[in-house]
Amino acid sequence: MKALLLRDLRLAFRSGGGFGLGLAFFFLLSVLVPLGVGPEGGTLARIAPGILWVGALLACLLSLDRIFALDFEDGSLDLLATAPIPLEAVVAIKALAHWIVTGLPLTLIAPGLAIFLNLPPAGYPWLVLSLLLGTPALSIIGAFGATLTVGLRRGGLLLSLLVLPLYVPTLIFGGEVVRRGAEGMVLATPLALLAAISLGAAALLPFAAASAIRVNLR
Amino acid sequence: MSIWEYANPKKFMQTSAWALPWAVGLTVILLVVGLVWGFFFTPDDYKQGSTVKIIYLHVPSAMMAINAWVMMLVTSLIWIVRRHHVSALAAKAAAPVGLTFTLIALVTGALWGQPMWGTWWAWDPRLTSFLILTLFYFGYMALWAAIEDPDTAADLTSILCLVGSVFALLSRYAVLFWNQGLHQGASLSLDKEENVSDVFWQPLVICIAGFILLFVTMVLLRTRTEIRARRLKALLARERVA
Repeated sequence: MKALLLRDLRLAFRSGGGFGLGLAFFFLLSVLVPLGVGPEGGTLARIAPGILWVGALLACLLSLDRIFALDFEDGSLDLLATAPIPLEAVVAIKALAHWIVTGLPLTLIAPGLAIFLNLPPAGYPWLVLSLLLGTPALSIIGAFGATLTVGLRRGGLLLSLLVLPLYVPTLIFGGEVVRRGAEGMVLATPLALLAAISLGAAALLPFAAASAIRVNLR
Repeated sequence: MSIWEYANPKKFMQTSAWALPWAVGLTVILLVVGLVWGFFFTPDDYKQGSTVKIIYLHVPSAMMAINAWVMMLVTSLIWIVRRHHVSALAAKAAAPVGLTFTLIALVTGALWGQPMWGTWWAWDPRLTSFLILTLFYFGYMALWAAIEDPDTAADLTSILCLVGSVFALLSRYAVLFWNQGLHQGASLSLDKEENVSDVFWQPLVICIAGFILLFVTMVLLRTRTEIRARRLKALLARERVA
């Protein structure tokens, strides 16, 4: 399992792995939104939590089809399916690798970009915490979506369509945590629910994803 | 005699051929009676005027939009557990019908909301939930359309339907949490003392029954079409081999 994780990480970090793509997108969005909306601090502060979460979500979406597509094409996925570790674990590891490559860096640069968007100071710890808790859900749900479309030649757009409605609860609770944090309100409920989505998705979705891979490899 | 007999396409075709004219007839009668009664023989609401009559399209289609998804969930489960092809095809057949009901509910809601709330659209929990439901329907249908092998498509869409149902429920809860509503509560329920006043209630129930039958009719019809299309494909394939 460790070998698989290291292999996926190595592939992602090397050239052509698309490692920086999500980050670059996130950066561009956070720079472009103030340019489009106008420099007024109050407006930016109000929309900052939502924009940052939407940006992180879309940046995650960009690299989803890479999770399984390349392995499916060159046959590594068949090898993994017949490997001694269960396919569910393979899915979980690949989602973890995706999270380390996109979710974690997004979380780390988010406070920097929040400066551009004039996020109130009280929001920063909650922004980091909510992304830390929420982005794993984005990766694992995305990995599930990627297994559905892995057999298709041009599955990218379809993948987005399938995954977007599944992302709605995560986005709502994540944005809500940051918004409430920025305004200094009580935020235990959305935070707990956000964590619940991540944990629930990590516990259950690998099974659905693994069965989808088995169907695709049939 | 059990419900599983209808898993046999031949048996299903026979029974549905018999049931279809009845379903069509009843649908037409109920919808005509319900809508004509509702539109022309009920008084205007004292606050809303005649716009209240949109209720006869709005409420039944909104109910069926959700019920269609539930039906797809059940048939998807049957396909996954027992591998009955009719079940998978019924789920496929129900999706566009459910989507249509969802869109009808959204459009009539917008038409109703404009004069009443002063806006076509509000990010109200119910409206938002329906928008998300629309996305689910689109995704489900797109996945069916994208995969060539019918069994693979049935498997993957069933998985999507199961997972999607969980997330649809979650979204419903999330959206309730996220915003307070402009939309009124349920107009009809079994456990409430007071429903919509009787003059509106009776035609509404008839319309709901009509919409349920309309859904049954459409799904039967479309499932029959799917079965025939698949038979045709098998015939063509056999011919090519021979």
